[in-house]
Amino acid sequence: MALFGKTLEKLKSGLAKSRKKINESLKTVLTFGRQIDEDLLDELEEKLISDDIGVETTLGIIEDLRAAWKEKDISAAEEIVPYLKRRLIEYWPHRDRQLHFVETPPTVIMIAGVNGCGKTTSVGKLARYLSDQGKQVVLAACDTFRAAAVEQLSIWSERAGVQIVKHRQGSDPGAVAYDACEAAVARQADVLLIDTAGRLHTQQNLMRELTKIRNVVGRKIEGAPHEVILVLDATTGQNAVNQAKMFTEAVDVTGIMLAKLDGTAKGGIVIAIRNQVNLPVKFVGLGEKPEDIEPFDPETFVEALFS
Amino acid sequence: MFDSLTGKLNSVFRGLSGRGRITEKNIREAMRQVRTALLEADVNYQVVRQFCDKVVETALGAKVIESLHPGQVMIKIVNDELTNLMGPVDSQIFYVSPGPTIVLLAGLQGSGKTTTAAKLARLLLKKGKQPMLVADDLQRPAAIEQLETLGAQLNIPVYSEAGKDPVKVARNGIRQAKEIGRDVVILDTAGRLHIDAELMAEIRQVCQAVEPHQIFLVCDSMTGQDAVNSAKEFNDQLELDGVILTKLDGDARGGAALSVKAVTGKPIKFVGVGEKLDQLEEFHPDRMASRILGMGDVVTLVEKAQEQFDEQEAVKLQQKMAKGEFSFDDFLKQMQSMRNMGGIKDMLKLIPGVGSQMAGLDIDEKEIAQMEAIVHSMTKDERRHPDIIDGSRRRRIARGSGTEPQDVSSLVKTFNQSRQMMKAMSGMGMMGRMKAMKQLSNMDLFSGKMPGMKIKQRSKRKRVDRRKKKRSR
Repeated sequence: MALFGKTLEKLKSGLAKSRKKINESLKTVLTFGRQIDEDLLDELEEKLISDDIGVETTLGIIEDLRAAWKEKDISAAEEIVPYLKRRLIEYWPHRDRQLHFVETPPTVIMIAGVNGCGKTTSVGKLARYLSDQGKQVVLAACDTFRAAAVEQLSIWSERAGVQIVKHRQGSDPGAVAYDACEAAVARQADVLLIDTAGRLHTQQNLMRELTKIRNVVGRKIEGAPHEVILVLDATTGQNAVNQAKMFTEAVDVTGIMLAKLDGTAKGGIVIAIRNQVNLPVKFVGLGEKPEDIEPFDPETFVEALFS
Repeated sequence: MFDSLTGKLNSVFRGLSGRGRITEKNIREAMRQVRTALLEADVNYQVVRQFCDKVVETALGAKVIESLHPGQVMIKIVNDELTNLMGPVDSQIFYVSPGPTIVLLAGLQGSGKTTTAAKLARLLLKKGKQPMLVADDLQRPAAIEQLETLGAQLNIPVYSEAGKDPVKVARNGIRQAKEIGRDVVILDTAGRLHIDAELMAEIRQVCQAVEPHQIFLVCDSMTGQDAVNSAKEFNDQLELDGVILTKLDGDARGGAALSVKAVTGKPIKFVGVGEKLDQLEEFHPDRMASRILGMGDVVTLVEKAQEQFDEQEAVKLQQKMAKGEFSFDDFLKQMQSMRNMGGIKDMLKLIPGVGSQMAGLDIDEKEIAQMEAIVHSMTKDERRHPDIIDGSRRRRIARGSGTEPQDVSSLVKTFNQSRQMMKAMSGMGMMGRMKAMKQLSNMDLFSGKMPGMKIKQRSKRKRVDRRKKKRSR
């Protein structure tokens, strides 16, 4: 319970700025006693769009609000926030946002994303998070492209106290993945975390390389990768939807890690992604320290946005 | 989301043209489409609002109402206004004498500072400068190693030291640059959140200590609405001199460019267009405007094409086309240069109207390889005079290229058709050619519909109307 309290605090404090901003703006829109009218809906639309929720999704939400208002479900401005909360939480139907572990380890988790979204940091944090849960973790340094990416992950492996399989920079990422699978099996690890090089989803060759890594892993360990996590930068705008689509096409993404949520960006795009690509958010990243990772809790997320 | 703005605007006005009257209300309706397009391109909400108000004003003044093609006039106004807002082109880096000129790069985590530092160093090196890199990112693990690796690739000295004090590293780096006679110093700083008071204070201290001559904000072009918040804060705290926009090789529409320019007023100096170190280019506001509006980037396409064809060859080719002498050899050459241009799909994306249809489409590069194989299996004579290809030659070519005879004949057929079209096109004057091009770009290339279909249907409808009128008389 204490741990959960800390989680809530952390997420709330991470979102404090954005929440404060949203509250201020929402408060001016939703002053107590004000009745709902078209002007108010317009202002609300602006707020939602400013959260990167996207035009289409925002219009959907506004339409729902308008319908509820016309049907006299809600009439006063102060009823809007609780209503929106209910409505947004519906976007995240109860569905397992946890990682799925297989019965015969290792569980293979692959991490992918565009350049600079925070993959390596997220892998480091996940390694720490899982090893804190008593799992034996092995890292695979499959980002052999970017200068010093292998070194960066090595430092994270030391911080998290987990093992790492690496080759030299410039070597074939598929080969690293292959070796890492063998090592994970030989060392009887519980989890194999595969870090991959950042790539823009529009680069077909690099996307094919990603598919290849996945296939290599799949041939080595049955059913692997069991989880494919797409790391998204919370400051990303509408392009995140395309990222989610293309990465899902290439490697069947199973969930999102929303990184850099400790800034002023609200990461509202995950709502649009939930709508259009049907991907759950599994984790959020809230800083640069190894412990700055939390499982995603939609209620806290929405609450932090609107409360 | 993928519909191009031009199409949407045209549909707004097309509905009207039947009734023949366009009012201020219609212009506002059209602006709603522009607004949505801008928001979908991640331009900040407030910026969009100001922008739209301004465009409505200009549009009313410019008498769009009386214009024959209101949709196009509107697009032009919007495009010009966007270009003006993001321009002018200013990729100057000012050098001080005596050196070294100090350039500092700042930005959020993962925006691409380290890569940009190396790209900038390479650009300066090309301009005859003697740059040096200073690894002042002491936060991220292995950031120093990354910069050192990049420096080694470029053969540029990198200053680094173990320690936790970025002010000291910056000072020492500049001192060393002076000692070894480098004339530009590029400081790569740690990524930081604009609301991280501690780290923002730290970068201010670095600036106070070394007084950089230019401070650039490195900004990810995929950034959403939040771009204004971070850019404004960095600008308030550091007094930026310019912005470098990164990761423009993706498919983000890049509305952040407009947002950042609007809130900081600082010019966008360069854009990063790839992971390789030579992929840093000048910023072109006009191209960015088209991109934000989803209209394709024709200029880049033409430039890319120009890089591939040298002019003499192009003239020769044109003459050949005009005479209908375009041969399979030329065809092959064109195929190869198209490939060099960076993949057919990448290129098609730049064509207006096509870009929006590329979403679900994958052009099969294998098919192109197959075409090449077929041409390679032809004799010189056959390449020049495809008409001589008969059944037996066809079977031989198919065997040689590992294809079926019908593949060969379909290629020959396509080739003949395009040769005729080329001949026809080069016979036209400039206007005719433009028309043909327009028809080409209007063509619904990928859904299998024929280009003329729509036009035909419309004319039929009109005829019916006329007949009706006659009857009613």
